[in-house]
Amino acid sequence: MAEPALSIRGLTKVYGNGFHALKGIDLDVAEGDFFALLGPNGAGKSTTLGVVSSLVQKTGGSVSVFGIDIDRDFAKAKYHLGVVPQEFNFNQFEKVEDIVLTQAGYYGMPMREAKPRAEQLLRDLGLWDKRKGSARMLSGGMKRRLMIARALIHRPRLLILDEPTAGVDIELRRSMWEFMKRINREGTTIILTTHYLEEAESLCRNIAIINHGDIVQNTSVRDLLAQLNTETFLLDLARPVETAPELEGFSVERVDATQLALSVERGQRLNDAFEQFSAQGFEIVSMRNRANRLEEMFVSMVEHANAESGRSTDKVEVRS
Amino acid sequence: MNAWQTWIALWTLVTKEVRRYMRIWPQTLLPPSITMTMYFIIFGNLIGSRIGPMDDIDYIDYIVPGLIMMAVITNSYSNVASSFFSNKFQRSVEEMMVSPMPNWVILAGFVVGGASRGLAVGLIVTVVSMFFTDLSIHHPWVTIGVVIMTALLFSIGGFINALVAHKFDDISIVPIFVLTPLTYLGGVFYSIHMLPAFWQGVSMVNPILYMVNAFRYGILGVSDIPVGGALVAIAVFIVVFFAVGLWMLDRGKGIRS
Repeated sequence: MAEPALSIRGLTKVYGNGFHALKGIDLDVAEGDFFALLGPNGAGKSTTLGVVSSLVQKTGGSVSVFGIDIDRDFAKAKYHLGVVPQEFNFNQFEKVEDIVLTQAGYYGMPMREAKPRAEQLLRDLGLWDKRKGSARMLSGGMKRRLMIARALIHRPRLLILDEPTAGVDIELRRSMWEFMKRINREGTTIILTTHYLEEAESLCRNIAIINHGDIVQNTSVRDLLAQLNTETFLLDLARPVETAPELEGFSVERVDATQLALSVERGQRLNDAFEQFSAQGFEIVSMRNRANRLEEMFVSMVEHANAESGRSTDKVEVRS
Repeated sequence: MNAWQTWIALWTLVTKEVRRYMRIWPQTLLPPSITMTMYFIIFGNLIGSRIGPMDDIDYIDYIVPGLIMMAVITNSYSNVASSFFSNKFQRSVEEMMVSPMPNWVILAGFVVGGASRGLAVGLIVTVVSMFFTDLSIHHPWVTIGVVIMTALLFSIGGFINALVAHKFDDISIVPIFVLTPLTYLGGVFYSIHMLPAFWQGVSMVNPILYMVNAFRYGILGVSDIPVGGALVAIAVFIVVFFAVGLWMLDRGKGIRS
């Protein structure tokens, strides 16, 4: 059986101020997977990825990359890793091309091999025309793409993307998704952290949710969504209403004069609700999910975990 | 990494460092040459002609080695301190940390890059000095050996300073409060034989005195201290400082949380 791309066992991290960022997490990511690591701010996502990429020193536990224990041969493991961090971490005064080629040099790639590879990546990511310019002149989205090009220069088998589309506009985000899907199809295993749950739902096959340093869920996106018991739909009405109608078997709330919120339990048929709306004279012109499905699941899961551990149920930050 | 890959990584880091200070040459290469020209004009020509010979050598000739060494020391140190701290500040140090490049290559890359700036500035100052005096070198190998070793030593010092620094102020404290006083009191402008016995003794604990005098011996053939001992002392300091810098890097001091 093939070694997992990433295997984490009992990983703990206690920072100097005594904060327990990771409390013994176990995680496996199979080769070829597109894996999402989700969690609220401060949950331990970046710490986990920081340990894997050597930016954070672990307190305990073990980490293997394609079967290579980082405590035994981190240098060898690093050849398989490409890292795109959350924050811009390149010299803003350097030329775009130099940033990518310098990174190739750090991996011991000869220039004759690095130059065509850099050209291919910069073209694929729409940065070729900017290659001679200073990195500080790039837009935020371009800087993110530059970090992706830099992370891929040595052809890593495992790419770690820590919120790669944060602050990127929708059009650009979707083009980055297409790029990520393509390299995943070509064989690169991808681990992604994101606050955009729509991103995780549409890109990833498997998912782990981390909260307060513990993994609270680790399953496939499909299985996770199957656990969703209730979905809420927002219905836009053709004419304003004073009160919400009463529907047999369904819960309906009035959001405002022209909008209702309809809760549908698993197993219920939307047709039944629409028949009752029609019978009562309500004309519905459009409908959409109140939140992304995964987002609903994520929020309920994290809040449930918080309640169980006796913590305050802080508002969970999500963006969609 | 195999030997060839390690060489590529080291070469990449060194050329990146050289490219950095060459790109901002009006900040890195030009100011020391202007400052040293002022020293030559004021201390060498204007005041020096009234001071008379020092150890039977014209005063301007006497101060040339010290001024070259002063430029080498301050530029080697400040190049690595500011460059590595900027890498920490901008987090571009992470580019190196996530790569398989061994820590000794990171340290050596910055040190060689910094030393190259120190030596480049030293060369510029030497050329400037030729406008004021005829320079002849008595012991070329000693001269070259001392200046290279000194540049390496202070580059390592700058690296350690940058590792422990938390803010930009922290990388200017050592040059201002330690290096500059020690350099001025290290016999750049005078022979320690001019001092009372007590202050001669105090001067002997100043490591920069040994470097300046060893370099002066290489150029002028005169020194206040035994040159062989000075060379050994500098070599020992290089080994010790390199080991300390590497130990700190291995433990992630100042760069890993």
